[in-house]
Amino acid sequence: MSMKITRRTFLKISGATTAGTLMGGLGFDLSPAEIYAQELRIKGAKETTTVCCYCSVGCGVIVHTDAKGKVINTEGDPDHPISEGSLCAKGMALYQLITNKDRLSKVLYRAPNSSKWETKSWNWALSEIAKRIKKSRDASFVEKNDKGQMVNRTNGIAAVGSCHINNEEAWLYGKFLRSLGLVYIEHEARL
Amino acid sequence: MTNQWTDIGQSDCVLIFGSNCAENHPIAMKWVLRAKEKGGTIIHVDPRFTRTSAKADIYAPLRSGTDVALLGGMIKYLLEKDMIFKDYVLHYTNAAFIVNEKYDFKDGLFSGYNSEKRVYDKSSWVFEKDEKGIPKRDTTLQHPRCVYQLLKKHYARYDLDTVSSITGTPKADLIKVYEAYAATGKPDKVGTILYSMGWTQHTIGSQIIRTGSIVQLLLGNVGMAGGGVNAMRGESNVQGVTDMYLFHILPGYLPSPNASHDSVAKYNEVFTPKTADPMSVNWWANRPKYIASLLKSFFGENATKENDFGYGWLPKLDVGQNASWLYLFDDMFNGKISGFICLGMNPACSSPNADKARKALEKLDWLVDIDLFENETSSFWKGPGMDPKKIKTEVFLLPAASSVEKEGSITNSGRVLQWRYKAQEPIGDTKPDGQIVHELYVRVRDLYAKEGGILPDPILKLKWDYAKEGKVDFHTVAKEVNGYFLEDIAEHPVDKKAYKKGTLVPTFVYLLADGRTSCGNWIYSGSYTEAGNMTARRDKSDPTGVGLFSKWGWSWPVNRRIIYNRASVDLDGNPWDPKRAVIKWDGTKWVGDVPDGPAPPMGLTGGKYPFIMKPDGVASIFGPGLADGPFPEHYEPLECPIEKNPLSSQRVNPATPIFKGELDKFTTCDPKFPFVATTYRLAEHWQTGLMTRYQPWLVEAEPQMFVELSVELAKLRGIKSGDRVTIASPRGKMWAVAMVTNRIKPFNVAGQTVHLVGMTWHYGWLVPKDGGDSSNILTPSIGDANTLIPEYKVFLVNVMKEERPKVEKKPEPKAVPKK
Repeated sequence: MSMKITRRTFLKISGATTAGTLMGGLGFDLSPAEIYAQELRIKGAKETTTVCCYCSVGCGVIVHTDAKGKVINTEGDPDHPISEGSLCAKGMALYQLITNKDRLSKVLYRAPNSSKWETKSWNWALSEIAKRIKKSRDASFVEKNDKGQMVNRTNGIAAVGSCHINNEEAWLYGKFLRSLGLVYIEHEARL
Repeated sequence: MTNQWTDIGQSDCVLIFGSNCAENHPIAMKWVLRAKEKGGTIIHVDPRFTRTSAKADIYAPLRSGTDVALLGGMIKYLLEKDMIFKDYVLHYTNAAFIVNEKYDFKDGLFSGYNSEKRVYDKSSWVFEKDEKGIPKRDTTLQHPRCVYQLLKKHYARYDLDTVSSITGTPKADLIKVYEAYAATGKPDKVGTILYSMGWTQHTIGSQIIRTGSIVQLLLGNVGMAGGGVNAMRGESNVQGVTDMYLFHILPGYLPSPNASHDSVAKYNEVFTPKTADPMSVNWWANRPKYIASLLKSFFGENATKENDFGYGWLPKLDVGQNASWLYLFDDMFNGKISGFICLGMNPACSSPNADKARKALEKLDWLVDIDLFENETSSFWKGPGMDPKKIKTEVFLLPAASSVEKEGSITNSGRVLQWRYKAQEPIGDTKPDGQIVHELYVRVRDLYAKEGGILPDPILKLKWDYAKEGKVDFHTVAKEVNGYFLEDIAEHPVDKKAYKKGTLVPTFVYLLADGRTSCGNWIYSGSYTEAGNMTARRDKSDPTGVGLFSKWGWSWPVNRRIIYNRASVDLDGNPWDPKRAVIKWDGTKWVGDVPDGPAPPMGLTGGKYPFIMKPDGVASIFGPGLADGPFPEHYEPLECPIEKNPLSSQRVNPATPIFKGELDKFTTCDPKFPFVATTYRLAEHWQTGLMTRYQPWLVEAEPQMFVELSVELAKLRGIKSGDRVTIASPRGKMWAVAMVTNRIKPFNVAGQTVHLVGMTWHYGWLVPKDGGDSSNILTPSIGDANTLIPEYKVFLVNVMKEERPKVEKKPEPKAVPKK
């Protein structure tokens, strides 16, 4: 096992040993104040592992949440065999993505020829979208093509995305789209 | 990727080609550098000197889009100097196979070309077969029509002078690259190729990758730890979502059916490859099991033998219909699509010829956009040059939960599925994407149940039972993807054991074609079994010592970490390089990584060929599967700076479809657009920048659109670093801040000087303020002949210094209402 001492392993070990002995034994000296300061922000926080949401290296990230369940910190997972605790600039900034003040938090709607967004409820939006899907599908559905072959598809609706979603979500999305008869089903892999 | 990030550290030579790994896959670079620390050589070939070049032992510049020429030159070098790994090439590839006598190649065209339709009739691209139907071989490799000799002949034209005149790479650099990489052809040496969008985003993208694969096969580098052909994929789950769907594939790379495949039987007849060779495993012979199990996952009990498992309900493409991205947006632009669902993408900035995509959105009746942030697609109606009053498109912008606000697995570039846990509840009114999909489905289903409509059956009879109290349980979904036994099986044909109805199948080996099993994606079968959620494993042990970490997460297929690993051993099953053994035959069984099938190595009784996914059991040096030729050939990019392809009369890939709409404007050798442009990414931003442009830390590091140009070009145009310049292509124009660097140098191409400029595509008009727009306003709507991936990497532009324009007084984009 690697003997690199990170804050995480330090805290782990120091929980089981007296700090004084440990420091002497390992031959390094972190100022106790510094350790305290580093520890403070995530003291008592819950750790959840995740995988970075950007590129496909699949680096490990630890997400810290406070007692109220809010994300208060993110950092590289030192136990991860690929990233070994490292993250790139984007991965390091994951905290700022999750807690970003500009994130959408409400359903928005833009009416035809309107120049503004309106806030809407999920219930309204979902039922309106379902009506649009049905209308477009029923208007464009082709059961048999010009040659009389059964095709059961619509060319009138297209769907794209997303390589950000989880596999299970992708399974649901693909299944849903194909049940509607879509063939225009594309995502980032084509770009 | 054939391999893992973590075994790159084993490599003797890492060839990074068509990628700026250090910037775009920064943590992967850790493993590249680990190879270097052990004495390995790092080679970087790229139009620009980048952060990756800075860490390389050898850097070679090449003109964007000329990769096949450089690699073709390497093939010639390897064959001429006889530096190939002969045993490997002879036994594990089709080098010895005899090609049909009607096969031909003349002046840039392969036999069977139809210039009107721009397609090939591939009937002459086949092997001669013996009376049993097995391809004829000449193991002396002397037959003039054996693949080895045809390969030699094909690349004889790729001599150093010709290659250098095409690529602009100095001859000395070519030799350095060829020498260093050729050294990996010894059995105990291994080299790996890492590529990315620098290879895929060309009209000859697939063939560039094929050329790299041929090099790897000639050197015996496929299947080895520290070897392989590695597509460093982009998005965090682009691998997983590709495993699940695209227009042309159903889950697990089962081809999407077309109108001529009118039954499961017909589908299986067409798509199940056959072999007469008893030594070939021909794994795709199992395809009928996978399509039947998929249909059972789609339609559950409504899929019966009597109704052909509901196969008729699957949508069918017309024969020859291509529904890929460029066609999709072309149809949308032409008003043929009324509704559009856009999940976590930003095509207003990521589509090539972005203005065409933006205008296409105007033609829609409705757009559903699901994202973390307001973006240029959801808000196209208030973008530059748009008059909202004239745009009818209704837009629904649905707020998505972030990746730490839900649980599920994602698949990294090494095919490893890792489980992500939920750290916090979705903020505000956000919901996980999968939950939104669920709720949409339920609404649509209820509407059809209530009102009827055209062919409601596929919607009403879909198996959809994931929710508990209205919330999707993603474990239930993961299990459906893995697959179930649907009936008690007293004696399974595979192992004669009994399996209980309702239990999870252990692997895809247990799937059946008769409707007694279900499986959403056969390659994911084994990921969530009766033993638990394999993707959540966190055991870091690595008994092989080559960086496989086989108990960390789970990789498809069947937790195999290096695919084609049966090629890493000799005919008796002994590793070519015992120091880096991936698998080994111990006399009765394989040890190490999960092998490509349990059969003994091909030299022993009952042995099988190593490449089990290929009908012939060997890797394809002669590859008749692609649209544009069985051997890769250099063609110029659609927009190129030279009049003539030095290798043939075919300037552009003859099999690439060319769009001819009013906005599909192209040019070549045009004094109005004298410079080659390419696009690239930065470490600090992500794709169109939508996820990163809202983050102050990252925007501070990379605040706005720039164009990178050489000192020489800057001098020519009187441009200084920091000047605001206009960049124009036949499709549009935009501004950027000039960044004059030494990282780009002019190329000497066929005796003329060719200037290159580089641009990122991370920006958009919405945010940040004065950040600029997407460089895809300039890129052409043309794609690779096989994949239709757009040619983002080469197009022609002009660059002009501009007086700082009057700041346009436009209203600030409306702030998004907060929760």
